Amino acid sequence: MPLVLEYTLVFTTVLALVALGGMFSERSGVINLGLEGIMVIGALAGAIVTSVLSKANCPNFLNVIVSIIASMISGWLFSMLLGIACIKFKADQTITGTALNIMSTALAVVIARMYTKTPSSQVDYTRQIYMFSYDGNVGIFLIFMLVATFASYVFLFKTSGGLRLMSCGEHPQAADSVGINVYKERYLGVSISGILGGLGGFAYIVQSAGQWDFKYGVTGFGFLALAVMIFGQWKPIKILLAALVFGLCQTVAIIYSGTLGIPQFVYKMLPYIVCMIVLVLTSKKSRAPKAEGQPYDQGKR
Amino acid sequence: MSDYVIEMINITKKFPGIVANDNITLQLKKGEIHALLGENGAGKSTLMSVLFGLYQPEEGYIKKDGKKVIINSPNDATALHIGMVHQHFKLVEIFTVLDNIILGAEPTKYGFIERKKGAERIKKLSEQYGLSVDLNAVVEDITVGMQQRVEILKMLYRDNDILIFDEPTAVLTPQEIDELMKIMKNLAAEGKSILFITHKLNEIMSVADRCTVLRKGKCIGTVNVADTTKEELSEMMVGRKVEFSVQKPEITPGEVVLEVKNVSVASKIHKGEAVKNVSFNVRQGEIVCIAGIDGNGQTEFIHALSGLDKVKSGEILLKGKNITHAPIRERSKDGMSHIPEDRQKHGLVLDYSLEDNLVLQKYWEPEFVNKGFLRRKNIRKYAEKLIEQYDVRSGQGPITICRSMSGGNQQKAIVAREIDKNPDLLIAVQPTRGLDVGAIEYIHKQIVSQRNSMKAVLLVSLELDEVMDLSDRILVMYEGEIVGELDPKTTTVQELGLYMAGAKRNVGENHE
Repeated sequence: MPLVLEYTLVFTTVLALVALGGMFSERSGVINLGLEGIMVIGALAGAIVTSVLSKANCPNFLNVIVSIIASMISGWLFSMLLGIACIKFKADQTITGTALNIMSTALAVVIARMYTKTPSSQVDYTRQIYMFSYDGNVGIFLIFMLVATFASYVFLFKTSGGLRLMSCGEHPQAADSVGINVYKERYLGVSISGILGGLGGFAYIVQSAGQWDFKYGVTGFGFLALAVMIFGQWKPIKILLAALVFGLCQTVAIIYSGTLGIPQFVYKMLPYIVCMIVLVLTSKKSRAPKAEGQPYDQGKR
Repeated sequence: MSDYVIEMINITKKFPGIVANDNITLQLKKGEIHALLGENGAGKSTLMSVLFGLYQPEEGYIKKDGKKVIINSPNDATALHIGMVHQHFKLVEIFTVLDNIILGAEPTKYGFIERKKGAERIKKLSEQYGLSVDLNAVVEDITVGMQQRVEILKMLYRDNDILIFDEPTAVLTPQEIDELMKIMKNLAAEGKSILFITHKLNEIMSVADRCTVLRKGKCIGTVNVADTTKEELSEMMVGRKVEFSVQKPEITPGEVVLEVKNVSVASKIHKGEAVKNVSFNVRQGEIVCIAGIDGNGQTEFIHALSGLDKVKSGEILLKGKNITHAPIRERSKDGMSHIPEDRQKHGLVLDYSLEDNLVLQKYWEPEFVNKGFLRRKNIRKYAEKLIEQYDVRSGQGPITICRSMSGGNQQKAIVAREIDKNPDLLIAVQPTRGLDVGAIEYIHKQIVSQRNSMKAVLLVSLELDEVMDLSDRILVMYEGEIVGELDPKTTTVQELGLYMAGAKRNVGENHE
């Protein structure tokens, strides 16, 4: 497979998974700025679990399944910090999300060092077991991503669960007046974002390298995913397309550094420049869920 | 079986510092339209919230079909087939009409919504009760009148047979009100029982069978509408006689204050113009009223005049000074005051305190600011003066958050702020929308007294009675143009209606 295509698929997979997660959270009315942090925690849990299982000679198939589930569960647990703070205690969602991001890298470094028992926060693992081919870079996460995109579309627009979730992000009082439990729906939204965010974080590090130093977090991919979500207009299929665009830019940035006589910094900046241009151009049409960011209080009318 | 479908017996509900409902009894018969009348703050909404399960009463109980029931939440109310159309609609704007109606009670198969099944059921209901809606339209694109029909269908879809309407006409145009009245009569004829919260006497006289009047949290009485008069009802509601007609002395208008020359304003909805080539002037000591059906360019024109939006072409002169492109602050300093149409959006900062809102047009004056720091003591003193003078009632005086105040008192606060600026030109846009008779009377008096002290007043109103009573000259706006200039002394409501509907015109034929 050409390297460009391979890398594009890798980045698209990660961005789409995390952006879909963000979409669920925001559709339910909670801004999830903590996606970056959730990715870090998911990546850490996945890396350590797969590393441990490899050393214990666990069968590859089981190793993959268990590690992926570990990344999802840890992402979910970490997202619940946001959920409980913002839904139950009505904290400011932007600040809580930012706090999650700051905390995640520090927490990950500490845990990674405890695991390696050295001053290094680098965790090694066998990445090949996640790939379609032994020397390839595209992992089975691609399937997860495609399934998640399709399932999200069906859930949001075809099921009553989706309709109820979206109503809480748009007009929680209306949802409440027809007997929908706004708090429950919001916990659901944040939970899905935690699960997909954790998985996305693990997908990112495994497909990128055979070891990961957690002091780098996930290098801003969580924020890029937020841009993908906005560019994708909080809609699953559009998010997939947006992720493709950003995935391609990211690939160009990595593969073509220093060719064509253009300084490599230009390539490195490309995804972020594209990101800014796209957001400026689409911001006028952009339509976020109306009630996102507003804590819901049943007593207030 | 009991004669009554719902009985609220001796309900008392207290809030800190106030008894919102004091021993109130309300009995609703099957198939009747029962009006609940009272001024803002009389306790109507609280009583309905108790019935809908939003509040628990301290004393008293509720009976449904003669049996005692306990309603702890809106879900309990729904289970008892009690439905409510809230004053501020509870609709998800980006959803279709269909999705809004079925939300929370979706017909499903394995979790998947069966939209077709829902649509069929709604179609049947809308035919049965004469409620036309476009099921596939997105709510944000449809008119307020249709949104209300969607709310009614939401109740019917849930098989509700006790329907509460919380001030349903406050947001409607006169045509839409007529239609709603018909719908309500239809519903009652089909066996639904209706509780109708309002403070508009005309509506009660035209649809209600019985009427319960509340004043300051107490039940004043229940009367048969057929045996009473408007005057009697208003006296029950306010506690004194209310003057419906406005008295104003003859004055000769003075100099021209506002001059509008060939003003056009671009539309935000379509490519054309919302206001087309409008010219007129307003002189000292007269009330000029722009009448018209909602959506004929009045809002856009006032936005351009007050500086909220841009003028596309033409000129606006205030006391001879060209202010066509002047910033809002400059217009204000030059003597323009504006009581905006949407008091919550453009009139007040809802989450600010009352005193901060009252000083919004003045906070930069040396009396209220010193080297960038607010002089809180002076602001407090000023706010207290205005509150006293304009009788603005609120829970905690100057430090009350405006969001918690009643609509009438919010409006009084705006009127106080804008009139106290001592303007040369007062622009009042639908100043009495959604207010009760007491507040309307008060605001009308304020507007007339501005005129009597030789100020120029430009009034925009959708209420025909208000137009006829207050104005010295009427300009009728139709599809963005001034199509008629009328003298209220020589014209009739019927004639005015013809102009408003575009069936007649006496100016501007050659403007195209």
